[in-house]
Amino acid sequence: MESPLFYREPEQMELPLKVRLETFEGPLDLLLYLIKKNEIDIYDIPISVITQQYLEYLEMMKNLNLDVAGEFLLMAATLLHIKSKMLLPATEEEEGEKEEEDPRAELVRRLLEYQRFKEAAQQLVKGPLLDREVFVRSFFGDSLAEKEREEKVSGEVTLFDLLEAMKKVLEALPEEEFQEISAEHLNIKDKILHIMERLWEGDSMLFSDLYTASTSRREIVVTFLALLELLRLRMIRVYQGETFGTIRIFSPVGPEEGRKTIEERIP
Amino acid sequence: MEDAQLKEVLEALIFVSETPLTLDRMKEVLGGVSKRDLQRLLAEMMEEDRKSGRGIHLVEVAEGFQFRTRPEHADWVRRLKKTKSTALSQPSLETLAIIAYRQPVVRMDIERIRGVDSGGVLRNLLEKKLIKIIGKKDVPGKPLVYGTSKKFLEVFGLKDLADLPTLKDLESLGPPSTEGLLPLEEEGQTTGEEKPEEPPPGADEPEERNHEPTAEAPKDPL
Repeated sequence: MESPLFYREPEQMELPLKVRLETFEGPLDLLLYLIKKNEIDIYDIPISVITQQYLEYLEMMKNLNLDVAGEFLLMAATLLHIKSKMLLPATEEEEGEKEEEDPRAELVRRLLEYQRFKEAAQQLVKGPLLDREVFVRSFFGDSLAEKEREEKVSGEVTLFDLLEAMKKVLEALPEEEFQEISAEHLNIKDKILHIMERLWEGDSMLFSDLYTASTSRREIVVTFLALLELLRLRMIRVYQGETFGTIRIFSPVGPEEGRKTIEERIP
Repeated sequence: MEDAQLKEVLEALIFVSETPLTLDRMKEVLGGVSKRDLQRLLAEMMEEDRKSGRGIHLVEVAEGFQFRTRPEHADWVRRLKKTKSTALSQPSLETLAIIAYRQPVVRMDIERIRGVDSGGVLRNLLEKKLIKIIGKKDVPGKPLVYGTSKKFLEVFGLKDLADLPTLKDLESLGPPSTEGLLPLEEEGQTTGEEKPEEPPPGADEPEERNHEPTAEAPKDPL
């Protein structure tokens, strides 16, 4: 499946760094995200719609050179399998026997079970947390504390929210022009420093502030990868206003500590 | 000792304790005072706190007692402390929830629910000391068994594990089984202190995933 986003720029987009996803979300998160986004009834998932969207995201992640985990591919296979099973007409002969299970049943069961734990996690994090709402005399260095956030009601974004936001930026790019081949040297580390400098100047910035109308496709992607890397290093925190709303970026790390981390952790 | 005096002493003990002070420990220090009396006194102290309207109050948390600030004053305290450390990511939080409700649990169980490799997240939670390794499962490969730590209770303000909000519908799946659990060496529970636990080498070795301990359903119908 060809994602329209990268259609015009096939192979030659050589990306500087493979971003590892192990601390990000998994395939079940992506499915739940799509279900929520499409306002779908989890008990009656339109499997071909979801499969198509799932594959689009997968393609997008691959094109970004994200180290897509095998689990994502396995889930893609599972979805296609379910889809093919649903296309088969129910065999009449087996009537009288136990009714055949909906091919989606096992997947739905897994999604629901996972969803329950996601909800439990939300429940847990709601309460007054140590070093966030309540404090004791300082005994913990590495607490769970977090700077007060305007957007705290809505919570942190997922990888998929970010992908979605980037997709919008790419889609908003003017139609193909002769793209100027500048000799500009784009590397993730410079980009990371650039983003962090801007964050240290102010208190936060909007995701959309990262891009201007003249930002090149390549730069958009490099910026995006820089964000992921910063997230992985826990140097930024990203929040979204309301569901699928404005994305705002904060840095919990000060300039001094931040520069040190960048020097140490990014080649 | 008179009740009033005992309360003062208790207040002093709790004030200087780094972690929530357990009844056992109070009893040890005070001698001759029954747990029942202690509980009564502590309940009275908490009631008095509630009435007095002071900035700190006595809280029962993590199997002990601790003075904490009131949530209403969070903004002011944060302004003072300028805390900048990081919170937990969604994946970490979800993994923590799975461990909290399903403990004792091995990595494979967690990954079956999350549908994704969880080594990185587990390492992160171990580093933050929110979870700990509580043993090895007595099945081929002896996978590590994880559970939540005392610090987990402290951070989330829970008295004990029974204080976790009920997970809807999960009760039907039955209580967690401790069968086949090989305990690690005894931990110093008496002080109520969380010992920094190093994840043993190999905590995240992929080999533990190669052993299917139980006849669980395969990950995917394929």
